Order: sequence, then C-alpha cells, then structure tokens
Amino acid sequence: MARITAGVATSHVPAVGRAIDTGQTRNDYWKPMFDGFEFSKKWEESEKPDVVFLVYNDHATAFSLDFIPTFAIGVAEDYAVADEGFGPRPVPHVEGHADLAWHIAASVIQQDFDLTLVNNMAVDHGLTVPLSLMFGQPEAWPCKVIPFAVNVVQYPVPSGRRCYNLGKAIRKAIDSFDEDLNVQIWGTGGMSHQLQGPRAGLINQPWDQAFLSDIVDNPERLIAIPPEDYIREAGSEGIELVMWLIMRGALDDQVTELHRHYHVPASNTAIGHIILKNGK
Amino acid sequence: MTKRPYDDVPGTTVFDERMSRKGYHLNQFCMSLMKPENRERFKADNRAYLDDWKMTEDQKQAVIDRDYNRMLSLGGNIYFLAKIFASDGLSFQYAASTMTGVSEEEYLKMMLAGGRSPDGNRYKHEWEKE
Repeated sequence: MARITAGVATSHVPAVGRAIDTGQTRNDYWKPMFDGFEFSKKWEESEKPDVVFLVYNDHATAFSLDFIPTFAIGVAEDYAVADEGFGPRPVPHVEGHADLAWHIAASVIQQDFDLTLVNNMAVDHGLTVPLSLMFGQPEAWPCKVIPFAVNVVQYPVPSGRRCYNLGKAIRKAIDSFDEDLNVQIWGTGGMSHQLQGPRAGLINQPWDQAFLSDIVDNPERLIAIPPEDYIREAGSEGIELVMWLIMRGALDDQVTELHRHYHVPASNTAIGHIILKNGK
Repeated sequence: MTKRPYDDVPGTTVFDERMSRKGYHLNQFCMSLMKPENRERFKADNRAYLDDWKMTEDQKQAVIDRDYNRMLSLGGNIYFLAKIFASDGLSFQYAASTMTGVSEEEYLKMMLAGGRSPDGNRYKHEWEKE
C-alpha cells in the first residue's frame, strides 16, 4: 500500500530560484538561508520518496482570472516549467504520477471536496523552488510529483480548517492506493511576507516562530486563524500558510520533528522550513 | 459595499471581488507578458500594446508610469503585476521598494534588519495618528 512517510513545509520565493539558477547560493546574502537546507537534501537522498504530493499556489501562471479553481489537482503524466515573464527556470520538467493522482481525485471528491482536475498546466516557482531546495540541481527530479494548486490569490480563499480537513481526506486517499509507494506531502509558501503596497516588507518573527512550533503539535490553534489575521499579522501574502495545514492534516496527530530552519530575509520574505516524520 | 474584516489593515489592498472586477482587463494584459513575443511588442511601444486591451485610460497610464500602488488601486493584483516588472528585468524587491516610497537600498537595509515590524502597522488608525 502507499503510505505517507513525512511532511515537509518550505517557503517558495522566486528570488531563491534565481539565486540557485545563477550560482549565488554561497554569497553572504544567501548562504545562511541555503545552509538550513543542507540537512534536508541529505535527508531526501536517504529517504528516496517515490512521489511528492506538492501543495503550492499558482502565481497567476497557469490560472489567469478566466478560471480560478480553489483546489486543483494535476492528473497529467508531466508538466512544463512556466515562463513567468523572465523565461522558464533552467530546471528539469516535472513528471507526474497520473495513476495515484486520479485515485486521489476520485477518493477526495467522494469525500465531498470538490477538486478541479488538470490535464495540462505549466508549473511556476511555487512548485519548482521547493523541488530545488530539497533536491538541489539534478539532471532529472528524483521522484514523481503530483501538483496540488490552492487559490490564495483571489479572495475568498479557503480557510485553514478547510485545508486541514482536506489534508485528512488526501491522507485517506493515499492510504487506500494499492501500490507500495513512499509518498511525501509538502506544504509550501509563507512565512510572513507582504509584497504589495506601502506596508510591503512586513515580517513578524514571533508569529512565524509560534506557527512553526504549533504546526508540530498544536495544529488545532492554527486552523482557527481567520484570513484577516494572516493579513494583519503575517502580511497579505502570509495567507499562503494555509497550505501548510493541508500537509499537516495528512499526517498523524503525533509527528516527529526532524529539522527546522527559519531565516529573514529572502528578498521580501521570511523563510520557514520544517520536516515532520509521520508518527512518533 | 459590505465591510470586510480586513478593510482596516493599513497600506494593503486585498484582492477580493471589489478589486478583481475592476482589474480584470489590467490583469489579463499582464498575463499576456508571459510570452516572449508579447514582451518584445510591449517593450517596443507600451502605449500601442496597451491600446489593444480593454483597459481604462487610468490603468494604461499607471502601467506606462510603472506606478504600482496606482495599479493596485485600479484592480491590479501583485502576482499579475509581477509580469510587468519581470519583463522590465526588475526584481520583486525593487518593485516592493517603489511601493513603499523608499529607495531600493533603504528597503534592502530594512529587510536585512528583520523587515517591517507589525507593531504600529496592524490598523489604519495607527497610521492616521502619525
């Protein structure tokens, strides 16, 4: 049977992708941020996941204002890397796992979550930057990826509680897939950041630190946070953190923290990263 | 218009339906810049390129002026507007600095010092006192 062995959370800033792609990860500005992912890359080398279920948000790339799915699951065999306005990132294309993705879609929809099914989409930095952070710069990504896009751009956005419960449904779906697969679930985005308006640059370190601690053993507090509190406390783009709650919902109630990293700044953003082994 | 619980956050435009309905054509124009041939046409003549879109004159002028706060107030969403400064070869950090009214150097310094504190920046009334 397929099983979820671990959850990973990480920010997905475009400038981080650029630093990797242009070989700047060892300079004074970036080194402290990238050092926090050295453990993670080694850990992934020994974990060898078959599939990553990757929760991210599309940044006006595959989805314009023409169609705005709240939750969209990629069911394709592969995904192109998007041109976001400065040419596509020089990273491998992303291979999907269509069998598992269709199985999850069927199961989750029957558990009353309405998903949009996507056969054709390009994936942006929201998905490729986490892959680069966790796997470095390989010729091909070492696992298959199921992209799961959450709308956090157009309000209303899904609540933290909805995301957490969706994670539980995804867990049930993966547990019932009849093939021996090592699956990880990643929640990406955040932490505190605001990219727009006169209040841009907002960072709330105590709030982020509390979020990192509670994602481990008190997600019940986090799922009650309303969107306006994310905006006020963690900046308008801090709302991306609801995606971490999908990851957390898919894990056991009890998890083991393997690694944690927090760094300010990466461009406009507080970088947060945590690895949770499923179970105690 | 119904009040929203986030309406009292200062210096922030939440992209809800009030903004989205205003900004539809502006944002769709931004999407077109994901194609290199469109970026070339736009760069060659901003005005001529914009005139192909059903945008208001205010929106077009804000784009030509690269006035991001104005674009936000006219319904632009930051992830869509990002295609404009990406086409210009400029970073998110640069764009953010222009919206806060300080130089890129000053903005970078603020970020290196830990970013803008939430203290004094949570409610509009905290800004009005100053």
